[in-house]
Amino acid sequence: MEDTDLGAIWLTLKLATVVTVLLLIVGTPIAWWLARTRSRLKGVVGAVVALPLVLPPTVLGFYLLVAMGPNGPVGRLTEGLGLGLLPFTFPGLVIASVFYSLPFVVQPIQNAFEAIGERPLEVAATLRASPWDTFWSVAVPLAKPGFLSGAILGFAHTVGEFGIVLMIGGNIPGKTRVVSVQIYDHVEALEYTQAHWLAGGMVLFSFVVLFALYTFNPARRKLA
Amino acid sequence: MKNTLFCLLTATIVTLAQADEVQVAVAANFTGPMQVIAPLFERDTGHKAIPSFGATGKFYAQVVNGAPFEVLLAADDETPARMVREGHAVAGTPFTYAIGTLVLWSAKADFVDDKGEILKKGGFRHLAIANPKTAPYGAAALQAMGRLGVADNLKPLFVQGENIAQTQQFVATGAAELGFIAYSQVIKNGRIGSGSGWIVPGKLYDPIRQDAVILARGRDKPAALALLNYLKGDKAKAIIRSFGYELP
Repeated sequence: MEDTDLGAIWLTLKLATVVTVLLLIVGTPIAWWLARTRSRLKGVVGAVVALPLVLPPTVLGFYLLVAMGPNGPVGRLTEGLGLGLLPFTFPGLVIASVFYSLPFVVQPIQNAFEAIGERPLEVAATLRASPWDTFWSVAVPLAKPGFLSGAILGFAHTVGEFGIVLMIGGNIPGKTRVVSVQIYDHVEALEYTQAHWLAGGMVLFSFVVLFALYTFNPARRKLA
Repeated sequence: MKNTLFCLLTATIVTLAQADEVQVAVAANFTGPMQVIAPLFERDTGHKAIPSFGATGKFYAQVVNGAPFEVLLAADDETPARMVREGHAVAGTPFTYAIGTLVLWSAKADFVDDKGEILKKGGFRHLAIANPKTAPYGAAALQAMGRLGVADNLKPLFVQGENIAQTQQFVATGAAELGFIAYSQVIKNGRIGSGSGWIVPGKLYDPIRQDAVILARGRDKPAALALLNYLKGDKAKAIIRSFGYELP
């Protein structure tokens, strides 16, 4: 295996880790709100979160490229803040991946929160637990399988991302050339041996992750 | 009413039987000319060309694995030659249908000067090129920068498009300030149509000879042969020239 391949693997793992952590931070309040709210906005927010499930990566990639470019609203904002432009950078990929993998993290956590029901929370309230305390001491521990599923799926889905990275990444070694893009490069350059190593590794990795998810996580089994 | 429908139906079937279709894999840089040539080809010969546009390396992999293309208009001359050697294309059919011209282009007016001095002066964050490993225009861009002595300085600024069309898209959206693309992509009435650009002198890179070839699936197919012959004709040649290509 070449250095560039190892570099791509390292970059992919770094990207997936950063994205998963961010998604747990961003996704948990969204999931909690979606699970508890009676607001009419629930349908709208739920649909927006689920959009990446049905949209082709080219649509997201295209809009992100335009939005983050120098003439787009996000691009103007980041330039105004002195951060420069996001396309072709690692932070750009992180933001794109957060959007792209959002439903894979929010939905399992939301389902887990919903499965708790009102009762345990009411009991906690009668014992004078604050909402904050209830959330951390009751809801989160009970929803643990949902968090686990969300984290694993978010991580795996980010590792498996291709279309968006291709469209806004610019294929820069060490910054935006992730494993899926590296495989594509090998195939296009007719370097089938290297392509097989990486592609086979991806198949194995994905299988092990999903196998672990379905074997050791009973909550997920019920959902599936 | 029934009669009219019947006549229509028969007419359609008869036309379908006479007209032959040919599936063509076309290098992304030749998208513009092919879109002009395809309807003329159909009008003049009765055959219909159905083009797919993309990277030549990808087409190679697809054809080797059974893609139903009958003709390839490649972005280089190596891929067609290799396909003939490996039995995926028909020997004796490759010919150079166009010689590509490289431009350094920016979507911004007055950004790229007409001598390409900007490559030495800098003042940009990203320079888009097509992947030099797989795209001939990317390889030519690298060669030109090498001969200008700026390749090492500029390498950290490279962003790579999967093919030349994506490279143009990076520049057109402004995400990259400038990039090396094919003249055919930005030419309008014999000059660079929008933004600013520099036509890279031919002495800075080896000629980008683009060869066409009949693929194994197009063997003995009249429409495939007709398309290749049509590309050799004066009408097609004039169109190809108008898109900034040279001819052998």
